[in-house]
Amino acid sequence: MDKDNATKRRLGRALSTKIWLMLAVLLILLHALPFVFPEFVHLFIITLLYALMGQGWNILGGYAGQFSFGHALFFGIGAYTSSLLFVKLGVSPWLGIVAGIGVAVAIGLFIGFLSFRYGLTGPFFALIMLAFAEIFHMVSKSWDQVGAALGILIPLKGNSPSLMQFTEKEPFYFMLLWIVALVTYFTWRFEGTRTGLYWQAIRENQDAASALGVSPMRFKLVAMTFSAGLTAMGGTIYAQYLLYIDPDSTFGVINSVEIMLRPIIGGPGTALGPLLGSMVLTPLSEVTRIALRAYSGAYLMLYGAILVIVVIFLPDGLMGMVKNWVRRFSKRTE
Amino acid sequence: MTASFVAQSLLNGILIGGVYALVAVGLNLIFGVMRIINFAHGSLMMLGMFTTYWLVSLLQVDPYLSIFLVIPILFGVGVCFQQVVIHPIMRAPEHNQLLVTLGVSLFLDNLAVVLWSPDYRVMKTAYADINYYVGDVSVSLVRLLAFVLAVGCTASLYFLLKKTDLGKAIRAASEESEGAELTGINVKKVYLISFGIGSACAGVAGAAVAPFFPVYPYVGNLFTITAFVVIVLGGMGSFVGAFAGGVIIGVADSIGAMLLPAAMKSVISFSLFILILLFKPSGLFGGRIG
Repeated sequence: MDKDNATKRRLGRALSTKIWLMLAVLLILLHALPFVFPEFVHLFIITLLYALMGQGWNILGGYAGQFSFGHALFFGIGAYTSSLLFVKLGVSPWLGIVAGIGVAVAIGLFIGFLSFRYGLTGPFFALIMLAFAEIFHMVSKSWDQVGAALGILIPLKGNSPSLMQFTEKEPFYFMLLWIVALVTYFTWRFEGTRTGLYWQAIRENQDAASALGVSPMRFKLVAMTFSAGLTAMGGTIYAQYLLYIDPDSTFGVINSVEIMLRPIIGGPGTALGPLLGSMVLTPLSEVTRIALRAYSGAYLMLYGAILVIVVIFLPDGLMGMVKNWVRRFSKRTE
Repeated sequence: MTASFVAQSLLNGILIGGVYALVAVGLNLIFGVMRIINFAHGSLMMLGMFTTYWLVSLLQVDPYLSIFLVIPILFGVGVCFQQVVIHPIMRAPEHNQLLVTLGVSLFLDNLAVVLWSPDYRVMKTAYADINYYVGDVSVSLVRLLAFVLAVGCTASLYFLLKKTDLGKAIRAASEESEGAELTGINVKKVYLISFGIGSACAGVAGAAVAPFFPVYPYVGNLFTITAFVVIVLGGMGSFVGAFAGGVIIGVADSIGAMLLPAAMKSVISFSLFILILLFKPSGLFGGRIG
């Protein structure tokens, strides 16, 4: 344990100086990416988008230890709220994104309050989230007012930044780049704060944390708030980027899997995990989808295999592997 | 809505409820013995459905005789499942175990999509059109047979667990695995067999519904969730509870089909799942979860 902490401190010190400076330089350099590889802008956008939602999932699942199998619920709420406000009432998606976050947080707090109040943890919390997402999925599929199975087509009003609409893809890339950078930075800063430490204490041993005076209910709800809000934000941006949403691609089970797979592969409960996971999985899934176009479902088969292999062989994700390397490396240099 | 219409839905609900109970009993056995929540249980059932479907449509085997092949095949699949993916994570945190079974479910469902396309298939058998009438209520032979099979299978599993040495070993391993190990029971083998039996139950349920249910790769998801609802309703580890839970969900489903549009049929099961988990997590008949 002591050795672990020493490594952590060493790693923390190294990160706080050199590595974060490097990451800041990297962030500036990343602005050139769409001009260097213009044909891959879509891939970069999807990578960042799922990194953002992975961060959302990671706060509740990775840090606070409450695994959710239904984060598509918040994604769908974000996408549907802003799109309906825009299409039916002409409200700008910039307001819609705030409304979407608000609705998602309210629903998240409702589900969280009920579940945590009745002591639902582990698999049963995961499944109750899935059940809620599926109910929204089925309702959105058969309710004509929200487009039913056909979904919602969002009219393009030309290049109008005030409506979060751009005729080029690049603005979405820059927007997401900054959001993901800020969310990742604040998540990392949050790790060491009181709330961040309480989350990890609840994750490791809820009874012990509660005996020491940490209210599991309160801090799990705080985690739920951030988690639902960030995921809903991703939903609105997705809707504005594709200008089309339907029940399956928003509330569907597969989307829940997409959202949670990235932080799990990257390393749950680490600030860089969701981004790393998305950088590996998103290109991989796009390539498989194109290469195995003739076999629908092949990329999901791959997801299943990756999930099994990662959980068995890399339970701490890719970040766990990176940390092991750093540990070995720093031992050698001493 | 006439009285005979209600009676018809009730009857169909009870008949399919027997099948739900069998699926849930298999899930329950795996949970009871290994403390593994098997999210891939419905996918195993889907494999059972496809096995029967292919035996019937390619080799013209009688669907009810196909069960004698479905049992060993699914037993084998279950043993491999336990050996390859569950054994390495027996001591992992609960949520990681759930993730692994979710991964297996994704893998199996989409393997079926790749191999056989996502199309809905309907099996053609001579049994399908046979109906008996009691007053205005029709009893479909295939549904009745599915019910009889499911109940028969559940009953044999009950006797296997209560009356045989193997059953004793399984119960011992589930209650106190270290103690069982000390008395000379090969717990690892018991785990393999239990997972095999649980999978075979799912397979038989699949074969039993194949003559009247569309066969398609994602059909298992529906049954996985239903099986969880049944278990939560009936309480973990109870045969009578699973049966009562199965019938309740079966009836709720057919009432849902009567009142709600087709796409929203399962809203009732999901809502029941949420309500029971939140307000009566010990199930309707006592017992406890986790």
